[in-house]
Amino acid sequence: MADRLITSAKELSNSEYFYGHRACAGCGGSLALRLAMKVLGPRIFVAIPANCMSATSFLHPQVAFSVNCMISPFPATGAVLSGIEAGARALGLKDYHVVGFAGDGGTADIGIQALSGAIDRGDRVIYVCYDNEAYMNTGIQKSGLTPYGSKTTTTPAGKNFPGATGRKKDMFEIVAAHGIEYAATASIGYPEDYLRKVSKAALCQSTSYIHVLAPCSTGWGFPVEETVEIAREAVDCGLWYLAEYENDEFVLNKMPKEFTPLEDYLLKQARFRHLKERDMEHIVHGRDKKWEKILKNWK
Amino acid sequence: MDRPKIVRYEKPGKVENYPCGAIRVGTLVQDNAGWRILKPVIDHGKCVMCLRCFLLCPDGVIDKSGKILEIDYRFCKGCGICARECKVEAIEMVREGGDEDAG
Ligand SMILES: Cc1ncc(C[n+]2csc(CCOP(=O)(O)OP(=O)(O)O)c2C)c(N)n1
Ligand code: SF4
Ligand code: SF4
Ligand code: SF4
Repeated sequence: MADRLITSAKELSNSEYFYGHRACAGCGGSLALRLAMKVLGPRIFVAIPANCMSATSFLHPQVAFSVNCMISPFPATGAVLSGIEAGARALGLKDYHVVGFAGDGGTADIGIQALSGAIDRGDRVIYVCYDNEAYMNTGIQKSGLTPYGSKTTTTPAGKNFPGATGRKKDMFEIVAAHGIEYAATASIGYPEDYLRKVSKAALCQSTSYIHVLAPCSTGWGFPVEETVEIAREAVDCGLWYLAEYENDEFVLNKMPKEFTPLEDYLLKQARFRHLKERDMEHIVHGRDKKWEKILKNWK
Repeated sequence: MDRPKIVRYEKPGKVENYPCGAIRVGTLVQDNAGWRILKPVIDHGKCVMCLRCFLLCPDGVIDKSGKILEIDYRFCKGCGICARECKVEAIEMVREGGDEDAG
């Protein structure tokens, strides 16, 4: 039970609550789950919809979660979290957290209304979206959080298309627009910042939301040992940002003095390697416009 | 080392013995060691116990309960994140089975 802010590995216990899973070697999503549960555990109830993390941790009879955990229907994470919380309250339980871990597809597409409903009710649950920027478990299909130019099995790159052509939804701001008690973005490339945000969510009296960027070497196409590095570079090149929303205000946590070259980040990954100069320019333009707004409107 | 134990799986045998509804969490019946081609080895002389590798291992196999770090090789997948992220290069990835298997 996190009752204070946690900002370092030293403060984490040695106990693991997510152990022996069959996620790919070096999976960013599994690191995001593991760290969040270490901050919150062991008195937690977890709901997890269909995604890579449930598919690789419930392989009967092997169960990698060592805390109470259930697989929710794909669109229902928010609703199931509310139900668990109502049940725990009815039983008079004390000192526990209810937490959900959904992918980007499970959050920004199919699960968005259940999440919106949970925030609207204000139930004391923590919703973590681990964002690997596509539907990975079913073989790398485009989701509402797949960025422009990303090659997926449903957005192949070719003569006429540069891969995905949509714009990554601003899920963090969509959640904040509900007037939620606490929302934050994070990256496993900045793990201490992520730990702090999870522990902050644990102190909330109503719904909280954390959106953590969690690279997937299988879907993105980079060497497995670089997962954390890529997650760090996504922030450093300005395509992802570390921010919080509370008390009706947006706060930027990290202002890069200068962005690292975008091409370096993109060309390390097979999903972007086909991009032409004009596609890169399009991405730079999108990034700069986003940052203009951030710097103008956020603290 | 303080890491979960692997238990023996008893096949239910009869249909009525199959679990229905809830099942026991934290049940481990099989390791992941066979996934590994490279194996992380910590040079404890170089390690400054900063815990970065413990923090960043996606599988949580680096145990910090003792005086020195220990790796649970039953569940290490050999991803190499620990070695890549160690700032003093105290972790080396070595080929499983020794050099004679190389190539
Ligand atoms: C209602 C429903 N539709 C489709 C599926 C198939 N399905 C299982 S996992 C998955 C992909 C999940 O993607 P995401 O939420 O992004 O998580 P990831 O797999 O990337 O971790 C899909 C489409 C399902 N289980 N249930
Ligand atoms: S496909 Fe990607 S998200 Fe899924 S288990 Fe593998 S690395 Fe993790
Ligand atoms: S990252 Fe390196 S120095 Fe730090 S604890 Fe691990 S092995 Fe030791
Ligand atoms: S190689 Fe990967 S799984 Fe093994 S200890 Fe290092 S980070 Fe963990």
